[in-house]
Amino acid sequence: MTDNVMTDQTTTDDMDASRRRFISIATAGAGAVATGLFAVPFLGSLKPSARAQALGAPVQINIESLQPGQVARAQWRGRTVYVVRRDEDMLERVAKMEPQLADPGSAASDQPEYAVNEFRSVKPEVLVVFGQCTHLGCAPAPRFDVQPADLGSEWFGGFFCACHGSKFDMAGRVLAGVPAPKNLEVPPYRFVGESVIEVGTDTGAA
Amino acid sequence: MARAESDLRVGRDSGGVMGWIKDRFPLESLLKDHITEYYASKNLNIWYVFGVLSMVVLVIQLLTGIFLTMNYKPSAAEAFASVEYIMRDVEFGWLIRYMHSTGASAFFIVVYLHMFRAMLYGSYRKPRELVWLIGMLIFVVLMAEAFFGYLLPWGQMSYWGAQVIVSLFGAIPGIGEPLVDFIRGDFSISDITLNRFFALHVIALPLALIMLIAVHILALHEVGSNNPDGIEIKEKKDANGVPLDGIAFHPFHTSKDLVAIVVFMAAFFAVVFFAPEMNGYFLEHANFDPADRLVTPEHIAPVWYFTPFYAILRAVPSKLFGVILMGAAVVLPAFLPWLDKSPVKSVRYKGMITRIALGAFVVSFLALGYLGIQPATDLYTALARFFTAIYFAFFLLMPVWSKMDDTKPVPERVVYHA
Repeated sequence: MTDNVMTDQTTTDDMDASRRRFISIATAGAGAVATGLFAVPFLGSLKPSARAQALGAPVQINIESLQPGQVARAQWRGRTVYVVRRDEDMLERVAKMEPQLADPGSAASDQPEYAVNEFRSVKPEVLVVFGQCTHLGCAPAPRFDVQPADLGSEWFGGFFCACHGSKFDMAGRVLAGVPAPKNLEVPPYRFVGESVIEVGTDTGAA
Repeated sequence: MARAESDLRVGRDSGGVMGWIKDRFPLESLLKDHITEYYASKNLNIWYVFGVLSMVVLVIQLLTGIFLTMNYKPSAAEAFASVEYIMRDVEFGWLIRYMHSTGASAFFIVVYLHMFRAMLYGSYRKPRELVWLIGMLIFVVLMAEAFFGYLLPWGQMSYWGAQVIVSLFGAIPGIGEPLVDFIRGDFSISDITLNRFFALHVIALPLALIMLIAVHILALHEVGSNNPDGIEIKEKKDANGVPLDGIAFHPFHTSKDLVAIVVFMAAFFAVVFFAPEMNGYFLEHANFDPADRLVTPEHIAPVWYFTPFYAILRAVPSKLFGVILMGAAVVLPAFLPWLDKSPVKSVRYKGMITRIALGAFVVSFLALGYLGIQPATDLYTALARFFTAIYFAFFLLMPVWSKMDDTKPVPERVVYHA
């Protein structure tokens, strides 16, 4: 009788083995899927919230009193936008640094269609770029002086990022051999008046 | 244990409060396994105090951290002012905050020394690979913890440091930019970012840290502590199964550790009382200005404990490869157990090549640390590249030079060195 019980027991175990394995795998699989689904709301809550996105509304900048060589700073979507008025002399200097540039035609950089030109702007005399280095996001300092001691004799004005030494020309184009990979990004913008710029919208551009 | 169980079943207590607990919880065996009957080599030297000291710093950070949260406000509008409020108006607030800020630097000092001890005596070698890997994980979590904490005062360096470090993830091809927005929860470092960094700094990462440290110690106690001779003391045991060269953690090693704790505390509080800013190295000057998203400080550098890795990042003239190389510099030490091909563990029985290589590693690490604080001039960038090459050569060429090196015979039993 003891033998019979043992045999029955063994047979039952054998029968169960594949079922148990299936159930184990199915349970673990379902658990993994459930965990994945459970993570969705938590990860979702980390994305920019509706309020953060709503704050991306366009901003207007009045540049009536902006003098050549001056930089107006504004905020759009929490990012700093530089508006620079360039005079004839500064525009001439854009071409001077062209041989040192990494992406002179802005082919590999981010800007709206209407900023893909020699001066990377809608109007040559007004430059609108994000004041955010394309390397790691520091604010590059305007250095519109020519051949200063610290930047060398090849420097004809532009932006210098003190964080990691990235250099950009008077059109926000990056120099070769610096950590920043791209030209300074140009935000979408348009002129809504003779001297009022709206950043964040470009319907009816230029 | 078996007897205690049967006693409980027949309703007989072992006697006293301890007996009552013992019948219901493995307190006695826990104390024995990890404290009174945990045997470590009798020749442990000063390099072996930094593990205990990092536990001391952890306790300081947890205690002061809890009290700081009672007055700190994790919002962009109030954070900076609430820190100044703690410094000026909260009774002893200055002391609690300076202990916490000094503790952050102290943590890295003792942890770096603790890790270097493992490199000196081959503590990462078999059978302690897992102890080392868990330790590396603790190191990475600690770096994250320090980074998240540094944003909280919402000063200029907090803000721009976070801006730079979070932007590093933007270098990942394809998912970079959306990932950065996901980490920040906004299109720039903002109130939202500050709030979530606070949550991670005070809840998530401390929990992870404590659990990892528990696992680190459990793994260590399973295989036993290494010693300056790199000898397995468990191979020579007496009749009771106690290693011949081992002495109990308590009271023997604990009394040595107490001396170290007293010396450490004296040094720690000397800094807290007399030089809490450490001339800008522990608390950076730019962080006394509130965060201003329109102006990047003239010179931006991370706190000293990140600068070796930061110098490597800056040394590379490409965003993606700079980030990759910096990540590799942090992760590479995790492979030490498999890179080291020397037949002996301890530097005591290794030859000249190991000594020179270890020396070069220390010099390059310190030099990179110095260069990471300095502005990126041409000369400094060239130097940073040179020392980056040495840092990587140390690890990547280790399978070659550790095999080439002469070794001395390892003694049977541990020895004392004056």
